[in-house]
Amino acid sequence: MLATLPELILGAGALVLLMVAAWAGDRHTKLISWLSVLLVAAAGLSLFAPSSHVGVAFGGLYIADGYAAFAKALIYIAGAIAIIIAPDHFSRESIRAFDLRAEYPVLILLSLVGMGMMVSAIDLLTLYVGLELQSLASYVLAAFHRRDSRSTEAGLKYFVLGALASGILLYGISLLYGFTGTTSFTGIETSIAANGLGLGALFGLVFVLSGLAFKAAAVPFHMWTPDVYEGAPTPVTAFFASAPKVAAIALLVRVSIGALGPAEDAWRQIVIFSALASIVLGAVAAIGQTSIKRLLAYSSINNIGFVLIGLAAGGADGVASVLFYMTVYVAMTLGAFLCVLQMRDRDGHYVETIASLSGLSSTRPGLAAAFAIFMFSLAGIPPLFGFWPKFLVFSAAVKAGLVPLAVIGMASSVIGAFYYLKIVKTMYFDEPAPGFAPSESRLESGLIAAAAVFVSPLGYLAIPALTATTMAAARALF
Amino acid sequence: MNQLGFPILSLMLGIPLLAGFWCLFVNAQMARRIALAATLVDLVMGIVIWAAFVPGGPQWQFQESIPLFAPWFSYALGIDGIALMLIVLTVFLMPMCIAASWTSIEKRVPEYMASFLLMETLMIGVFMAQDLFLFYIFFEAGLIPMYLIIGIWGGQRRIYASYKFFLYTLLGSVVMLIAMLWMANAAGTTDIPTLMESDFPVAAQNWLWLAFFASFAVKMPMWPVHTWLPDAHVEAPTAGSVILAGVLLKMGGYGFIRFSLPMFPEASAHFMWLIFALSMIAVVYTSLVALVQRDMKKLIAYSSVAHMAFVTIGLFTFNRQGIDGALMVMLAHGLVSGALFLCVGVIYDRLHTREIDRYGGLSDNMPKYALLFMLFTMASVGLPGTANFVGEFLALVGAYQASSWVAFVATTGVILGAAYMLYLYRRIAFGVLDKPDVAAMPDLSLRELAIMVPLGLSVLWMGVYPESFLKPMRGDVSSLLARIERAKPAGDADVQIPAESKAIPVTAHEGAH
Repeated sequence: MLATLPELILGAGALVLLMVAAWAGDRHTKLISWLSVLLVAAAGLSLFAPSSHVGVAFGGLYIADGYAAFAKALIYIAGAIAIIIAPDHFSRESIRAFDLRAEYPVLILLSLVGMGMMVSAIDLLTLYVGLELQSLASYVLAAFHRRDSRSTEAGLKYFVLGALASGILLYGISLLYGFTGTTSFTGIETSIAANGLGLGALFGLVFVLSGLAFKAAAVPFHMWTPDVYEGAPTPVTAFFASAPKVAAIALLVRVSIGALGPAEDAWRQIVIFSALASIVLGAVAAIGQTSIKRLLAYSSINNIGFVLIGLAAGGADGVASVLFYMTVYVAMTLGAFLCVLQMRDRDGHYVETIASLSGLSSTRPGLAAAFAIFMFSLAGIPPLFGFWPKFLVFSAAVKAGLVPLAVIGMASSVIGAFYYLKIVKTMYFDEPAPGFAPSESRLESGLIAAAAVFVSPLGYLAIPALTATTMAAARALF
Repeated sequence: MNQLGFPILSLMLGIPLLAGFWCLFVNAQMARRIALAATLVDLVMGIVIWAAFVPGGPQWQFQESIPLFAPWFSYALGIDGIALMLIVLTVFLMPMCIAASWTSIEKRVPEYMASFLLMETLMIGVFMAQDLFLFYIFFEAGLIPMYLIIGIWGGQRRIYASYKFFLYTLLGSVVMLIAMLWMANAAGTTDIPTLMESDFPVAAQNWLWLAFFASFAVKMPMWPVHTWLPDAHVEAPTAGSVILAGVLLKMGGYGFIRFSLPMFPEASAHFMWLIFALSMIAVVYTSLVALVQRDMKKLIAYSSVAHMAFVTIGLFTFNRQGIDGALMVMLAHGLVSGALFLCVGVIYDRLHTREIDRYGGLSDNMPKYALLFMLFTMASVGLPGTANFVGEFLALVGAYQASSWVAFVATTGVILGAAYMLYLYRRIAFGVLDKPDVAAMPDLSLRELAIMVPLGLSVLWMGVYPESFLKPMRGDVSSLLARIERAKPAGDADVQIPAESKAIPVTAHEGAH
C-alpha cells in the first residue's frame, strides 16, 4: 500500500482537517489552510520515496511510476499555490460578505486526491472514480462565492456540462469494456492488438476521448471554459487552469498511449483535429474579449491545442514534450492569474477588464513587466521560456513525420500572438488608467517573481535537468 | 579558446545585457551615461576582434561552445569574416543611436536605454550564433524590444506600426523554425558550420529553401512583403529607424548567405529567377514609389527596399563579384541609411515634422548640416568614392555575368535612385529660405557633429579603400563559392574568349580585362 502514500496522506489529512474545521469553525481557516499546504508538501515529499516510482496497488487498478510521480508533482505545486493565495483573496472580498470558509482548502485537498488517482489510473474504473472525485470538488469550488450570481452560475454550468461529459465518458467506458471484455489498460491494449479495433470499441474510444477532452477543455468540448473561468473566484480559476489540466492531459496521454496504443491511427486523427481546432479557436475567439479572465480561458484552450500536438506525435519524445509543456504552462498560467489577483482598484475591489490595465507600466512597473513576460511567454516568443515547450512539441511532430501539422500549428500561433500583444500594448503603450492598489502581500509578489524568473530566459538553464526528468517520466509509459 | 585568450564574444553579448538591466534601476541621466558607456565598450571590443581577426586563417574564429542546453542545442559562438563585418557595423552604429536619443527621448529613458542595449545583445548574437536554434532565438527575440521601441516611443500611428512589424516578421519566421527542426532531425546536428557542409536531398531542399525564404524575405524586406518597413520606419524614433535600417535588415541578407546559399545550393539555383524577378520589381517599383513620397522617412524607407534588392540580386548571381558586391551594399547601406535617418532626425528634433514641403533652403542657415546631408545623399545615389558605389558596381558586374537583363533593369534603379535622392535634397537643402521657423533652426550642435562626422568618414573610407572591408570576407566568399559551384546556373553573358583571340592585337587583350 506504500505506493499510494501520497493519496493516503492527502485523503486522511483532508478528512481530519474537515473534522477540525467542523469543530473549530471558520475562524481558524487560515490555520487549516497552512496545515493543508503542509499536507500537500508532505505528499509531494513522499513522491521522492522509491515506492512512488514502482508499484501497483488495489489489485492492478493503480500504478505508481515515474510518469505519475512527475504529473503529481506539478499538480501538488499548483494545488498548494491555489491554497496559499486564497485567504488574502477571500478576506479582501469580505466587504461583499464572501468569507473564506474552511472547506476551501479541504476541497482542494480532495480534488488533489482525485487527480492523483487520475494520473495513476491503469484501469477504466480508477480513471472514472478519480475523475469524479476531482470534478465534484471542482463544482463546489467554482460556486464558492455562493452569494455572487456569476460564481453560482459558473458552478451550475460546470456541474451540468461536467455531468454530461461524465456520462459520455462512462458510456465510452462501457463500450470499451463490452467489446474488449476488460477494464484494465493492459487488457484493452492486448485485446486491441490481438483482435484489432472493432466498430464498437472504436465508438468507445471516441466517447472516452470526448469525455477526457471535456476535462482538458479541448475544442470542441471547450464551451464551459470561458464562463466557468470568468465566474469562479480568481484563486479557483487559477487552480482550474493549472492542476486539473495537468491531470486530464496526463490521463489522456496514458489512455491513448497505454490502453489504446495499438489503435494509434484511430485516435491520432481525432487528436490532430482537436489540436488544430483548439489552437485556432483559442486564438481567434480570444481577440474580442474584454475580460482578462475570459481571455486567459481562451489562452488555456489555445495552449492545450499545442499540448495535443505533442500527443499526436506520440512516442517517448512526444510524451516528454507534453510533460515539459505542462510544466512551463503551469508556471505561465499561475503567474498570469496571480497578476490578475493584483488587479484591484483603490477601494480594494477586483477589476477584470483588460482596459483597466492601461498604462500599468507607469503605475506598477514590476507587475507590468511580469505580466508582459507571461504574455510573451504564452505567445511562445523566444527568448522567453514559453517558446521552448512549443519547440519541443513541434520537434516531436516533425520527428514523427507530421510536418504539415507542425506548419499549420506554428502558423496559427501567430494569430495567438496578436491578443497577447494586445495586453502588452494596453499596459505599455496606452495612457495610464486609474492605478491599482499597491500590493499588500509579499507572498503573492514573491510567487509572481518566482514564476516570472522561471519563464524568463533564465529558465533555459533548466533545460538539461527538465529534459532528463521528462524523458525518464515518459519512458515509464513504454 | 581563441587568439585573445578570453571569451570576447560572450563578453560582447554580456556587457550590453547587464548594462541594460542596470539601466532599469537608475534615473534618466544615469541611464543615458550607462548606455553610452556600454555601447562604447562594445565598440572597442568590436575593433579588437577586427584587429585580432586573421584573414585567411581558419574560417571560424573566436569560437566558444558550452553544451548549456544539452541535449537540444548548445551555446556555441564563433564568427567568420562576414559576421565580423556585420558585428563591427552594429557596434559602430549603437553609440550613435544612444547619442542621437540623448535629448529627443524624454519619457521613460531608463526603459528606452534598456531596450536598446537588449537589442544590441540580440543583434550581435544573431551574427555570432553557431548553433541553429541559438540563432533562431536571437533572431526572433529581437522582435520584443523593437516592438516596445516602436510602440512606446514612436509617432502617431505607432501602435499600428508595432503590430504590423511584429506579426509580419513573426509569421515569416515560424515556418523557418519547422524547417530548422527538419534539418536538425535529418542531419543529426544543430551546428551551423557542419550544416553548411551537409548535402540535403534536392527534393527537400526546395521546401527548406522556401521556408527560410519566407523569413528572410520579410526581414530583408523584399517586394511584396516589404510593406511593414515604411510603416515601422516612419513611426519608430530616429534611433529605432537607424537600427532597423542599419542592422535588422541585414539579418535577412546574412540569413541568405549563411543558410539558403550554402545549405541549399541546388534550391538556390532553382529559385534564382524568383529572387531576380522580385528584386527587379523592387528596384523599379519602390524607387518610383520613393519618388512621390512627401514624408522624408518614408522616402528613405522605400529607398532601403530598393537598395536591399541589389543585395538579393548580388547574392544569387553565384559569382564572386556579385556576392562581394552584395556584402558591400549591406555594409554601405547600413552606414548610409543610418546616417540619412539621423539627418532626418536632426531636423525633426527642431521642427517636429517629417513633411518635406515644410523645409527648404537649409543650406543657407545650416551649412554644416547641408554638407553632411549632401555627402550621405551622394553616397546613397552611389557616387564613385562613396561606400555604395563599390557595392552597387560589383553587384551589377556580378549580375551582368548571371543575366544581362537583370543587370539592365537593376541599373535603372541606380538612375531612379539618383532621381529621388537628389529631388529630396533639392527640396530640403536648396530653394528659398522663406519659412521663418525653418530659418530659425540652428546648425548642428557638437553632439550631432560627433555623431555625423565619423559616419561621413567611414562612408568615404569604404568608398576609397574597400579592401579593408573586403579582405576579412574574401576567404568566406571563396568557400561559399566552392560550395555552390556545383549548382551554378549558366549565365547569358559569360564572355568566352575564343582560342584564336590570342593572335589579335594587344589592345583587344586589354579590353578583355
